[in-house]
Order: sequence, then C-alpha cells, then structure tokens
Amino acid sequence: MTAAAIRVEGIEKSFKALHVLRGVDFEVAPGSIFALLGSNGAGKTTIVKILSTLLKADAGSAAVEGFDVATEPLKVRQSISLTGQFAAVDEVLSGKENLVLVAKLRHLKNPGEIADELLAQFSLTEAGSRKVASYSGGMRRRLDIAMSLIGNPQVIFLDEPTTGLDPEARLEVWQIVKNLAKQGTTVLLTTQYLDEAEQLADRIAILHEGRIIANGTLAELKQLLPPAKIEYVEKQPSLEDIFLALVGSGNTAAGTNAAGTAAAGNESVKDRS
Amino acid sequence: MNTHFFADTSVLLGRSMRHIFRSVDTIITTAITPIALMLLFVYVFGGAIRTDTENYVNYLLPGIMLIAIASGIAYTAVRLFTDMQSGIFERFHSMPIARSSILWAHVLTSLVANGLSLVIIVLVALLMGFRSSANVLDWLAVAGILALFTLALTWIAIIAGLSAKSVDGAGGFSYPLIFLPFISSAFVPTETMPGPVRWFAENQPVTSIVNTIQDLLAQRPVGGDIWVALAWCLGILIVSYAFATAAYKRQIA
Repeated sequence: MTAAAIRVEGIEKSFKALHVLRGVDFEVAPGSIFALLGSNGAGKTTIVKILSTLLKADAGSAAVEGFDVATEPLKVRQSISLTGQFAAVDEVLSGKENLVLVAKLRHLKNPGEIADELLAQFSLTEAGSRKVASYSGGMRRRLDIAMSLIGNPQVIFLDEPTTGLDPEARLEVWQIVKNLAKQGTTVLLTTQYLDEAEQLADRIAILHEGRIIANGTLAELKQLLPPAKIEYVEKQPSLEDIFLALVGSGNTAAGTNAAGTAAAGNESVKDRS
Repeated sequence: MNTHFFADTSVLLGRSMRHIFRSVDTIITTAITPIALMLLFVYVFGGAIRTDTENYVNYLLPGIMLIAIASGIAYTAVRLFTDMQSGIFERFHSMPIARSSILWAHVLTSLVANGLSLVIIVLVALLMGFRSSANVLDWLAVAGILALFTLALTWIAIIAGLSAKSVDGAGGFSYPLIFLPFISSAFVPTETMPGPVRWFAENQPVTSIVNTIQDLLAQRPVGGDIWVALAWCLGILIVSYAFATAAYKRQIA
C-alpha cells in the first residue's frame, strides 16, 4: 500500500469549553476522493482548517503528503489548496485578475496564460474581464475552484463546495471534482448532503460529535445495516430530474454538458431504486 | 521571514491599490472632511482666532493633515476586516506565501492612500493662500513625520480590523483619534485654554507634531518639539505593532 496522502491521528480541538473534535483518525489514499460527512457543527470545517494549517490541533497529529501540519506548515501549504466554505474570491477584481493574483502568489511564470487557460476550462472566458461582484453563485464557485487549481496542488480541500448552489451549478462542481480525481489529485471534501458523498466519494467517513463513527466505501457502509429488503416502489422522477429536464442544461458552463448532467441524473436514480 | 516577502508584498500591494483606484471615493472622502474643516476655520472662525502667524491657513494646515490621516486609516481597518470576512484571508494563509506580507500590504496601501489625500489637501490649501518658504529638505522632513504618524496610526487600525466584530466597529475606532487635533495647538494656540485642558493639549502627541510641522514649514528653528514628536510616533508605532502582532496571532492560531 502506498503512503497516505492525508493521515490524521487522534486529532482533538476545543474552542474554550466546546470540545469540537474528540480524537479523529482517518487516512486518505492518493488520488482518491474522500468525503467527510456530518451535520452542521459536527467539526468538518475544523478538520479542514487544521489540515490546511489555519488552525492548530490541541492533541494528535496530522500529515499531508508526508509533511506534518504542525511542524512543516510551509511544505504542507506547498502541497495543498483550500476552497473554503465561502467563495474566497476578491469581489473588486475581475475573474482574470483573481487568477493572476493567485498565480503570482504561487510564484509561477506566465500568470496571464495560466489565468486564460483556467478561464477557458471553467467557461469563464467571457466573464473574465468583469468584476467578480457581478458573478452568480455558480460562477463564483467555479472561479473559486479554478483559483485553487493553480500550481497543480497534489491535495485539494473542498469545504462544502456545493452549499448554496442551484442544482445545475452543483452538478458542474461535481463534474469538476470527478475530473480532478481522474487527473490524480487527492480530494478531501466535506458535505452535509448524503447524495453528494454517494455520488463523488471513493470513501466516506461520518463525523458525529467530534468522532469518526463510520469510515468505508459506500458498499461497506451499506453493510452496516441489515440486508436490504426488496420492495417494489413505483419509480417517479425526482423534482431535481424534472427541474433539470425542464431547464435544459445547454446553457450551463464548466465541462458539464447535457450528457454529463443526464448521466449524473441517471446514476442517482439507479442508486435510489 | 520568508524569501518571498518582497515579491508577495508587492503582489498584494498591487491588489489593494486596485481596490483603492476602483473606489476613488475613499480617497476623496478622506480629503473632503478635512478640506471642509479648513474652509470653515479659515473663512468662518478664522477672523476671530488670533495666532502669531499672519496667515491662518499656514497655521491650520498641519492639524488638518493630521485629521485627514486619522480618518483615512479607518479605511485600512475596514479593508482588512472585509478580507477576513470574505474568506480570501484564509485562502492567502493556506498558500505558501510570506504571511507577514498580508498585513504589510495593507499598511503600505494605507501610506499611499493617505499620501494621495494629503496631496489633494495641500493643493486646496495652496488655492486658499497657503504659502511656505520651506526648502526641499524641510518638506522631506515634514513628509517623513507625516509618514511615521500614518504608520503608527495604521498599526492601530490593523488592531481594530483584526479584532472588530462588525464593519462599523472596524471603522468606528478612529473617531477619538480624529478628535485629538481639536484639543491641541492645531486650531488655536494652547495659551488661551483653561488649566487642565491646556495641560492635556500641551502633553498629547498631536501638539508636538503640529508644532514641528508648523516650524518646518515656516522655516523657524524646530527646537525640542521634533524629538517629542518622534518619540510619540515611534512609541505609538512600537506599542501598536506589538498589539497588532498579538491580535494577528490570535486570529490565525
């Protein structure tokens, strides 16, 4: 087995009297998508902040790409990218200026070219020269993720990447995440949406009251419950299917074309039946 | 300190300068209240105020400039606070950049923005009859003292920006600072003030700075005031820098 891209051992964190993390352990294999599932306040963001060197843990250790987050934070920062819960974009700058800013801060050559490529990849070329303040939620999120890809970090943290997005934008983000994993990037994403974890993740860990109470593939997690009973249920399209069919996704951007959307839709139907 | 400190600081400075030039109103707003005060004092109250200068604009300008700086730094606190709210602060901190660049970029932006406001104010003062026989060296000394004063107050603004709970809180701390020049030698000589007020006025930082700048611009010998002024500026700078660093560590710990 190869070394884990992310290794978390016995991490604890309290904010004053509030014991948020009570000993969290998990590992993420390189190039896989790992979903941290939990309700609001479960401590998902706290874990992400510790792993991205924004917070220090009270106890335990964590390493990203083999670098300890507490003792080698600079090396960790060179290997990661964080897409936080709220789109971390500069509203006053244009989309392109945002990308150039990050490319320059990562000390890359040709920041302009890098920005243009990403704008094209995320279907933001037309909007590239506009102030981000005029972007929709989905566009903002796409730009946010594009900014995180600059410099090809080996590990990407996505903290609730689809919270607050409409269904189409959500599918676009899903497609982006799948493509990332295909290219070998390790993705740790947190979510409170069960279907999101189901759709994307190779492994899912459930964080509850500061501990990981389950960790495995979807199939493994399903075995935790008694064997499935076979029931016959009339299959109705979900409201999401109807919405997407009516709206049509010809006008959506980011790698997701109509086929991708339809495929994602079908998968979710299959899983539910 | 990280080897990329200067590169990162200049990139981030470029970013905040774009912010400023895309909302030029902040510079104009910073300049407009002091200019209004200058007009008010010169053309309304000025006739009744007796200073030992023949030209009241000459007497008034240094204090007006300090008021402009005290109100201008509030924007630094607001900009820093907005960054922290938007998540871009966390993005920068999760990147391999020199972390100190993040605050220094805001500090340098404050110096440039306040400098621009001061230029506008001096131009208006010239139109109102301000004249100075000061030479280049004197002007450089004035610019240096103003820059040091801006730097010291900006670090106070950084504390406010880092520890504020709301935008209003981030901007509101500057009101007492704006008021200080009124209880100093900036508008009227301190000799006319009653005992305790006079004592306060003569022993607070603004008076020594105002006196120094007045002397430099009027080509009078500056005397001991300049050392008191420098000591105040450096003292405030060191203390506020220490508190700002502590507040910053609390934010990112």
